[in-house]
Amino acid sequence: MAHGLSEAGLDVIAFERGPWRDTAQDFPPTYAPDEYRYRVRHELFLRPAQMTFTFRNNPSQTALPIRDWGAFMLGNGVGGGGLHWNAEMWRFEPSQFMLKTHLTERYGAKFIPAGMTIQDWGVTYDELEPHYDRFEYLCGTAGTAGNLRGAIQPGGNPFEGPRSRPYPTPAQKQPFNATLFAKAAREMGHQPFPQPSGNMSQPYTNPLGVTLGPCTFCGYCEWFGCGNYSKASPQTTILPVLVKQPGFTARDNCEVLRIVLDAGGKRATGVVFVDTDGEEWEQPADLVLCCAFTPFNVQLLMLSGVGEIYDPAAKRGNVGRNFTHQTVSTATAFFDPATHRFNPFVASGAIGMCIDDFNGDNFDHGPLGFVGGGYMGQVQTNGRPIETTPVPAGTPTWGAKWKAAVKQNYNSSVYSGSGVHGSFYSYDDVFLDLDPTYKDRFGRPLMRMTIDFHENEHKMSAFLTDRYAEILRAMGATRVDKLPRTGHYDVTDYQTSHLCGGAVMGAEPSTSVVNRYQQSWDVPNLFVIGASSFPQNAGYNPTTTVGALTYWTLDAIVNQYLKAPGPLVQA
Amino acid sequence: MNRRRLLSGTALVLFTASSAPSRAGTIAGALPWAPGAAAPPRPVVPGPWHFFTPAEGRTVEAIVDRIIPPDPDGPGARDAGCAVFIDRQLAGPFGRAEGLYDHGPFVTGTKQQGPQSRLDPATQYRGALRAIDAYSAQHHDGRPFVDLAAADQDAVIGAIEDGSLPIEDVVTKDFWTMLLKNTRQGFFADPVYGGNRDMAAWKWIGFPGARYDYSDWIDRHNEPYPHAPIGIAEAPLWRPAASK
Repeated sequence: MAHGLSEAGLDVIAFERGPWRDTAQDFPPTYAPDEYRYRVRHELFLRPAQMTFTFRNNPSQTALPIRDWGAFMLGNGVGGGGLHWNAEMWRFEPSQFMLKTHLTERYGAKFIPAGMTIQDWGVTYDELEPHYDRFEYLCGTAGTAGNLRGAIQPGGNPFEGPRSRPYPTPAQKQPFNATLFAKAAREMGHQPFPQPSGNMSQPYTNPLGVTLGPCTFCGYCEWFGCGNYSKASPQTTILPVLVKQPGFTARDNCEVLRIVLDAGGKRATGVVFVDTDGEEWEQPADLVLCCAFTPFNVQLLMLSGVGEIYDPAAKRGNVGRNFTHQTVSTATAFFDPATHRFNPFVASGAIGMCIDDFNGDNFDHGPLGFVGGGYMGQVQTNGRPIETTPVPAGTPTWGAKWKAAVKQNYNSSVYSGSGVHGSFYSYDDVFLDLDPTYKDRFGRPLMRMTIDFHENEHKMSAFLTDRYAEILRAMGATRVDKLPRTGHYDVTDYQTSHLCGGAVMGAEPSTSVVNRYQQSWDVPNLFVIGASSFPQNAGYNPTTTVGALTYWTLDAIVNQYLKAPGPLVQA
Repeated sequence: MNRRRLLSGTALVLFTASSAPSRAGTIAGALPWAPGAAAPPRPVVPGPWHFFTPAEGRTVEAIVDRIIPPDPDGPGARDAGCAVFIDRQLAGPFGRAEGLYDHGPFVTGTKQQGPQSRLDPATQYRGALRAIDAYSAQHHDGRPFVDLAAADQDAVIGAIEDGSLPIEDVVTKDFWTMLLKNTRQGFFADPVYGGNRDMAAWKWIGFPGARYDYSDWIDRHNEPYPHAPIGIAEAPLWRPAASK
């Protein structure tokens, strides 16, 4: 966004709460492979002392602060979550953008569970396709096309939307477990394909002239920065070009406290930020772009008085409404050590074989009684032993029996953290608002998360995990332990960092915070960009869709807004 | 309208809290880079305890050696240096809960809401070690944990695990979660932090450590990986011959 706007001749200042990050000083290959420092002690992440949230499962409980991270991780510093991600690069399926219309037409309105507040996005897959394409080429995405301009391609994902051209680089090589998974899935009638990857399968120079190197399968992707310059991130794709752009300035270690509005509340006049001395400054601006991580976008709107905060009892307001996460589950498969050796440390954030047969509405939900789905696959992200020493369920957690089980299974089991990557649809009782008790270091109220799983997601997770386990058994496993998502949402249990919604986009101001161009309905010179715009979350990793939406909005700003500043959609 | 001012202008000082030099920075025109800005980990130096008293250190060594006991096939946590690892961690930012959210009120919530202790890990360990010896004495003829037979030590650890061993101002199950994690971290972390001595735990399971390049191995399926582990700051090959 900053690059596109500065190319259009604007003066752009970017604010970042954390420090500037770069490979040479923050994660050089000499000490990047340090599980304890980065994975356990969270070196690259936001510290809860800087900013955290309160959490409860439902409105009858008192929310308590998240004192240390668990269920999700938040980036800190220039590059944000794009620094520590796995680089799993999915497009959402076309029907996802028309979800409510699609499900209603196929199953009838009564099929959608009570309290579920899914809605259409106000933008279609076809409109986003050129922007998906641009983002994939920026990142050098490795993959096998499944649908080229409507023609289904062998070896790719037959369920994907039509793409205008192939992936910029060929799919990654696959390890043993992924190869077994694909064979078993194919024999069961499913349609396996390589996971699209932002970890390079070969050297790649992107359209901006920035070059990435090939992935070495070191197994330190998620939670880590890539010391090899082979994972697509802001550092490896755009920052070297952006900083040279005339008119661009970055301010790091500066936290924006609020957006300043004019007296009428209909125009943003700038932002107030605080530096590390605690000095507050006001930065005037003609156009304000809120590009923070999901809940921080929502928090800035709430603290700045933009829009009405959602009230679930009165069913009023939209800011904070339709907050979602992900419904991830998995199964661990154990094999005979005499015949199977997986070398789990030969890994990358996004190598694996997946199927999409049970994602979105790619299968008939009619007899199943739930909506939603997810991709599933063998994605070998790591064999780092603090995190990944699978043992069969029921094994003691310590002592001689635990130790023997670790030794027995380390190299002969497969464990995929996001084996089943399920959707999380929106509900009227899952939302963000401001906590009445707990404050941040500047005395502002913390955001309060009210979130739980619903019967629909439990049913979906049980069904998907069963399908996944069937494939693992067909791979030749001697034992499969299923781990479907059950019970309450637990803030200590890591799933993904895919928090979505809270400032959702849509066709109507009555049910959305921003219009189809991510422009605020209330303050037209304010754009709110990111997964905060997702009306509900699909069964995919969200980043590629965030990238596509960003290019879509950039195009609207440069080609429409700058020519005639004002609302791009009339309310 | 061909060149709009987007986000610019002169910053306005509204409020001054301190005259200390600011770490906030402005980056424009070139990537910021300075020699020597990298921060490799500081290797733990063996020697006296930094946090534990000598008696506490012996107790922790005994506890971790039951959590991960030695066997003919692999090292126990004591010999791997797990107690040293935990000691150095408790003496540092981890022990002080540095960076975590520490505003009150402190209220015990549901399991799903996570630990809510007002005490930092170092204080929790100190209280827990006192409680463990008190519990051992109460159930085993006045003897401290280190003097118990292995089976009796296991029973005491079981009482931490199931939450029945009381620790003042600490949720015992939360302490157990932390103790178990810290022990495994010491066992499997890079040896630069004082545990996993001689990369013994990595050799035991066959993890090659910090090698960082398996380009030749991604499509060699079901073959044993032949190379010994290396750490961030050490590899067997780097040692002088005399000390091998």
